[in-house]
Amino acid sequence: MLEIKNLHVKLEDEDKVILRGVNLSIGPGEVHAIMGPNGSGKSTLSYVLAGRDGYAVTEGSATLEGEELLEMEPEARAAAGLFLAFQYPVEIPGVGNMTFLRTAVNAQKKSRGEPELSAAEFLKLVREKAKTLKIDADMLKRPVNVGFSGGEKKRNEILQMAMLEPRMCILDETDSGLDVDAMKLVADGVNALRDAGRSFLVITHYQRLLDHIKPDVVHIMAAGQIIRTGGPELALEVEANGYADILAEVN
Amino acid sequence: MALAKLKDDALAARLAGLPASAASGWLAAAQTEARARLAAMGLPLRRDEYWRYTDPATLNAPEVPSAARFEAGDEAPAFDGIDRLKIVFVDGVFDPAASDDLALAGVEIERLALAGQADIHWAQGTYGVLEARGQTPVARPFAALGSALATEGVLIRVTGQATRPIALNYHHVSDTSDAILHHCVKLEAGANLTLLESGPGAARLTKVLEVDVGEGASFHHIRVQGRDHERRAATHVFAQVQAGARFKSFTLTANGRLTRNEAVIDLVGPNASAHLAGAAVGDGDFHHDDTVFVTHAAPECESRQVFKKVLMNGATGVFQGKILVKPGAQKTDGYQISQSLLLDEDSQFLAKPELEIYADDVKCSHGSTSGAIDETALFYLQSRGVPRAAAQGLLVLAFLAETIQEIADEAIAEDIRSRLEGWLQRHAAKGAT
Repeated sequence: MLEIKNLHVKLEDEDKVILRGVNLSIGPGEVHAIMGPNGSGKSTLSYVLAGRDGYAVTEGSATLEGEELLEMEPEARAAAGLFLAFQYPVEIPGVGNMTFLRTAVNAQKKSRGEPELSAAEFLKLVREKAKTLKIDADMLKRPVNVGFSGGEKKRNEILQMAMLEPRMCILDETDSGLDVDAMKLVADGVNALRDAGRSFLVITHYQRLLDHIKPDVVHIMAAGQIIRTGGPELALEVEANGYADILAEVN
Repeated sequence: MALAKLKDDALAARLAGLPASAASGWLAAAQTEARARLAAMGLPLRRDEYWRYTDPATLNAPEVPSAARFEAGDEAPAFDGIDRLKIVFVDGVFDPAASDDLALAGVEIERLALAGQADIHWAQGTYGVLEARGQTPVARPFAALGSALATEGVLIRVTGQATRPIALNYHHVSDTSDAILHHCVKLEAGANLTLLESGPGAARLTKVLEVDVGEGASFHHIRVQGRDHERRAATHVFAQVQAGARFKSFTLTANGRLTRNEAVIDLVGPNASAHLAGAAVGDGDFHHDDTVFVTHAAPECESRQVFKKVLMNGATGVFQGKILVKPGAQKTDGYQISQSLLLDEDSQFLAKPELEIYADDVKCSHGSTSGAIDETALFYLQSRGVPRAAAQGLLVLAFLAETIQEIADEAIAEDIRSRLEGWLQRHAAKGAT
């Protein structure tokens, strides 16, 4: 599904190098987790994959089902099936959440040559998906993320994911700022989307999210590289001992 | 003295290019008085306080700079879907064939050219009267010019609830037309009218609209200025809003080489309210100036000024807005916001917000901002699959939304919104980012 090879990334305006040769291969239906200390480059990896400005790829490639992602505009990556759930979802005053969702869904359908959803079809679908995420009508009417609590913002991200039905989902610290109940709700939303054709990359600091979203593979990232890869037990090891042991071992 | 001489010379040159007033009856007297006001002030110069950001040279010039008419293609004219009584002017001249019958229940509508010949007329109490009052403390020479030399316009007296809007439609045909229009609207107590205005009017348009909103009456004004790229306009709205009355005015400006829209609003009775809003979008040679003066002369009145401009490729926006709260106008609630969205570094926004308050129990706020498009929001939208141009369009419309909210009628608001969307699509397609 997603193949990242020897990815090197620096900040566009500075000489600061952030990713130093990341290699990652995620198969269809797999759930991978990336853990790592602050500043290891986890969020940068997600932004570079989604196409945010400000980063320069100096080496390497990232392909989604064989298509080179790094040359595409962000909207083309989205249409190709990539979705990033933001760590800090953006507030957009003046743009209604419903308008935003419908514009996004239909823009993707249009670029894939599929028929757009009518207002009625869209409404039915969004109501159904919103219900399972406990997103009420008021949240759908309000401007995008404006005045939303931390939990509401994250649930809104998962609602977008559910509406857009991407094949490759990246969750960037989706657990940050969530209480246990909210985290469970978000995890249930993610788990409901798991299937053989859809893959996930879950970026997190803590093991606790992985109690709810069970990964197949766990990677540890530090200083811009993946330094260890293992099964779910690796996350438990980090939880018990912190990153220090693993970092010491590698160095 | 040198300055006064320059102003006089500018006036003499401009007047030499215009036919003298041919009015008879009450209008002749009103125009003579206006002419005297004009002569006393002369035409404006860049050195004048209120013309520092807008060069009046092409408004002063005896020769009208050429302006080709805009071809809208298959786009529907403004307010096309709204049931309205249409009054059409072509290059400032009334067009009876294109206009509807000037008949509407509860409303008297007359052409200035005809009604001006009478000896006595209700409009004597309005025509040039609100304009003259609005000349203090800031001189507005083009308004005096409009009162002194208008040959066309409409006089509207509303005694009841107008069942449909009156739409003034200004066509532009000749590349060098120089039109001067003057309208008066008087709403008697409790009356109600929506006035629509659309079109460029002429290559150069000088226009005055005086509105007297009687006690408890309600006046709603929505205007769409013409899209001709080279057109120039100096327009003025003078309003007197009496006790418990409502005044609302919204203007959409897309294109135009030079637009100066002045609004002078006096809240003269308690519990009156005035809302003024403007949305302007300009690409390239576009200079748009909103000059607003709201006076709270009575207690417990409310006013709002909401002006937003979207500027690209070197376009310029100006906002000069003032709230004056007179002694005794306690419990005033005044609000003013002027904002610009600059889509590139070549465009500029010049703002001069002013508050002058002589009462101690008032609430007045004002703010002015100038900023670029929010790149984070743009990326967020793109990451959800919305193409960059469409994402920018959504954000621009969101920026302008507060102005459109000032339009009470949803069908009219939707007309304005779709017009803006069309403009944004066309201008994004040109390669502007």
